[in-house]
Amino acid sequence: MSARIGVVTFPGSLDDHDAARAVRLIGAEPVELWHASDSLQGVDAIILPGGFSYGDYLRCGAIARFSPVMTEVISAADKGMPVLGICNGFQVLCESHLLPGAMIRNEQRHFVCVDQRLRVETNDTVWTCDFTRGEEITIVLKNGEGNYQADPETLKRLEDNNQVVFRYVNGNPNGSNHDIAGITNERGNVVGLMPHPEHCVEPLTSPSVDGRRFFSSLLEFLAGRS
Amino acid sequence: MPRVVVAVMPKPEILDPQGKAVTGALKRLGYHGLSVRQGKRFEIEVEGELTTERLAEIRQAAETLLANTVIEAYEVQVDQSPVGADETTAVDEPSATAEEYQL
Repeated sequence: MSARIGVVTFPGSLDDHDAARAVRLIGAEPVELWHASDSLQGVDAIILPGGFSYGDYLRCGAIARFSPVMTEVISAADKGMPVLGICNGFQVLCESHLLPGAMIRNEQRHFVCVDQRLRVETNDTVWTCDFTRGEEITIVLKNGEGNYQADPETLKRLEDNNQVVFRYVNGNPNGSNHDIAGITNERGNVVGLMPHPEHCVEPLTSPSVDGRRFFSSLLEFLAGRS
Repeated sequence: MPRVVVAVMPKPEILDPQGKAVTGALKRLGYHGLSVRQGKRFEIEVEGELTTERLAEIRQAAETLLANTVIEAYEVQVDQSPVGADETTAVDEPSATAEEYQL
């Protein structure tokens, strides 16, 4: 039976369809999860997609964090459920305190939309086990508030525990502390990043298909677990 | 109806790109020597009496939702000026009995 991967739709989510499409392309079954529902429908993993949940009112991800589905996501993540937060999904994970730190507006005060080079800093997570440590990949990046901030103690802890998953290379596009593009929790089941792996799964529409390996990593992890 | 104001500001050590943009625009308009940091102001109308418990509850709400304390600091202040009063007066002459809570 193929893995069932939930994709949450908040009001204002944009990339839920691309995330579901990426899941399908990799041979798993996407399951639509609605923000106002408190059911995770027995999925094996969850993706919080990009977009502008609740219009980005108050702060990016701040209102989505208190939606009924997020209560369930937080409790499942605490028990080890694989969760991937992409862009706005990363912001929701930070607001939920599933990941430390917060995102502010890009230092350059521009919305960025680029083919971003990244270095994979750890493959010791559910979503990156199919990568090689130190490998460079290209994943598209598009955001206005992707400037990752955390206090010095938190940054030190992230670095010491090997929780920085992706770092920007060839220049920092948004001013993020330590060039951080993505991080994981201590357990390695929750990963958040600003770039969009779900947009990098087909040669026709993306500069690479490196995004596929996020999903193949998950499938590898799920296969190893069962 | 009692009114409570929650003011949320980016922490001093956190970069404030919006404030920087406003500072730049002011300078271009000829307003020199003004450095701006931009925050948010929430005006909260409270039903019933404003007790210490009620204020503590609002403070908790500010901590939970209105501010992200990773990057922002907040202040909770009881606003005793009548609703719709001249804003300048309210800011220049804060009530002497206003209670102030700071992070």
